[in-house]
Amino acid sequence: MDKIRSHIMVCGGTGCVSSHSEELISALKAALVTAGYDQEISVIKTGCFGFCGQGPIVKIHPDNVFYVQVTPNDAEEIVKEHIVKGRTVHRLLFEEPEMKGKLESHDDMTFYKKQYRIALRNCGLINPENIDEYIAFRGYEALGKVLTEMTPEDVFYMIKESGLRGRGGGGFPTGLKWELTSKSEGTEKYIICNADEGDPGAFMDRSILEGDPHSVLEAMVIGGYATGAHQGIIYIRAEYPLAIKRLKIAMDQARDYGLIGKDIFGSGFDFDIIIRLGAGAFVCGEETALIHSVEGLRGEPTKKPPFPSESGYKGKPTTVNNVETFANICPIILNGSPWFKNIGTETSKGTKVFALAGNVNNVGLVEVPMGTTLREIIFDIGGGIQDGKGFKAVQTGGPSGGVITTLDLDTPIDYESLKNIGSMMGSGGMIVMNDTTCMVNIAKFYLEFTQDESCGKCTSCRIGTKRMFEILTKITNGDGTMDDLEHLDALARMIKDTALCGLGQTAPNPVLSTMNYFHDEYLEHVNDKYCRAGTCKALSKYSIIADKCIGCTACARVCPVKCIEGKAKEVHVIDQSKCISCGACFDACKFDAVLKP
Amino acid sequence: MGIKSLDDLKKIREDSLKKVNLRETGKDGENITEIMVGMATCGIAAGARVTLAALLDEISKNNLENIRIIQVGCLGYCHSEPIVQINQPGKEPLLYGNVDDKKARDIINKHILKNELLDDSIIINTFQKA
Repeated sequence: MDKIRSHIMVCGGTGCVSSHSEELISALKAALVTAGYDQEISVIKTGCFGFCGQGPIVKIHPDNVFYVQVTPNDAEEIVKEHIVKGRTVHRLLFEEPEMKGKLESHDDMTFYKKQYRIALRNCGLINPENIDEYIAFRGYEALGKVLTEMTPEDVFYMIKESGLRGRGGGGFPTGLKWELTSKSEGTEKYIICNADEGDPGAFMDRSILEGDPHSVLEAMVIGGYATGAHQGIIYIRAEYPLAIKRLKIAMDQARDYGLIGKDIFGSGFDFDIIIRLGAGAFVCGEETALIHSVEGLRGEPTKKPPFPSESGYKGKPTTVNNVETFANICPIILNGSPWFKNIGTETSKGTKVFALAGNVNNVGLVEVPMGTTLREIIFDIGGGIQDGKGFKAVQTGGPSGGVITTLDLDTPIDYESLKNIGSMMGSGGMIVMNDTTCMVNIAKFYLEFTQDESCGKCTSCRIGTKRMFEILTKITNGDGTMDDLEHLDALARMIKDTALCGLGQTAPNPVLSTMNYFHDEYLEHVNDKYCRAGTCKALSKYSIIADKCIGCTACARVCPVKCIEGKAKEVHVIDQSKCISCGACFDACKFDAVLKP
Repeated sequence: MGIKSLDDLKKIREDSLKKVNLRETGKDGENITEIMVGMATCGIAAGARVTLAALLDEISKNNLENIRIIQVGCLGYCHSEPIVQINQPGKEPLLYGNVDDKKARDIINKHILKNELLDDSIIINTFQKA
């Protein structure tokens, strides 16, 4: 029945197409016809292999042989040697830089697989609504081990040893957090899962809860045991209905098996979990504000200390951990802290999930070891910038972070290195921007978000972010002065120093970092009333070069606001007071007569 | 049924492992083909419900047995949702991206029934896993 016995898979990703993979496909097909094998071998164009630096890539299925930098000239040799005679073409195999050996099998290539999944290990692999499938992949084994073989001290010591740090953004050592709660006085304690994912563009927590809810539940029970809590609370935003539904199913199934509830694993340890829905306020991701929201109060932060580990929910010792942090716990228990410590950099261990978004080809969730460079994430895994445009900057840490430019693309990323270059890890949103992005406008976008999300409790954040947003609006409207730039800088530093909570303290970061790296763009906006990206509508004025215009009327016909005047075969003129800078005339002109701002 | 010890857990694990081994190793426990459909918010938003319905429809039209459809979470390839993974005994699992109604039907009629892979739709797995 199986007519086709082998497939030659050729990468059809943008990177490989630009290095002639289309021609390679035709050459392979032609060579197969010549050899008379076209009926039993087929050539298949695939998506990106994530190895664009070595493209074009060819993989032979099912032999699992992987060729790199294959040119159309190599097609004949691949067919004659590999397909007809069954001999691998050694010349084209990938040579691993450190090992100096040629690798035949695709799965041996550690360098090629840049992603390493710990938190996302089961996402897309198991049916999240079936606890048995989770158990099949070592689910609840860590909990069993903890409750039957370890003391609470052993557990937090092990997590401390592993070097795991909070994945919600701050990067506080998780083991230490557990130890502090554990050592706080009192018998009534709580553990809260922070699933109030609020960064625009970040969705790793949602994906974990939707794809592998049990990994979070299991880790919460372990955290409860380590800290002495018997009640867990999942604080999740109501905008995540599917995650909530799957969590509820998972909780029911775990309760049926006795994996949450009374006397878990016959150890005498009781633990239960409830869900609290949040209304999706950004500030409620801050732990003290989150706790107030769980208590039914306004989601406003309070001064720390006292830290939640001393006085949190209902004034009792409380641990708050992020979803992704929890998702890392069970593999650490099962594989040991030395295993986890081996992954990552000096100060940041393990992996981090990033939500790759913006002007990048392969938008998606990636999980990479700490210390991976931004270049690897954006160009190898992400497949480069869309539409062949250039890279300008990447924003990490969402509205609390900053931009990173080409200068720092090769920095190995971890909590410290990102801070040193003026950004932060944050929850892992990564927004890639191409060379047609206006950086002043980006700063304005984030300030619009933070001034809206500011809870209003402290003056510097409530009024400060609003004033910063107003100044940025003024600049992008072309009314900015040099004084405005000074005020913006002073305000940003003042808010950073005086705001009550993390939201306010980090809100000026996008402004400070764009002013630092793209100061000339701010100056252009203010002095020359010019926006080089053409994003700031008020500043981008299109015009027609009279010498080049032949009067074909193409621009006037596409103009949506009819602001281009001129008769056929006569020079056309744009009325700049009516122009909305949509760029339609620029695209329509075949004679390069429209000048783009 | 409650789990009261690691041994109880192990028993469930061993029973379930037979059912899921295919996904990682291509080793077949029950001689069944599995089709996994990414059904997280990203997948559903991209039309995974339509994909799922089309797969089920073709399976019943062709009276296929020994085939199981499973909904799973997000695989991370959001640029190519809806995602469908095919696990066949003795073969490496294979991922398809941008699977709309037509491609879903092609998967059953070409890949499953004739072993013809679909052009332009294969996604290569780019991660290792703990």
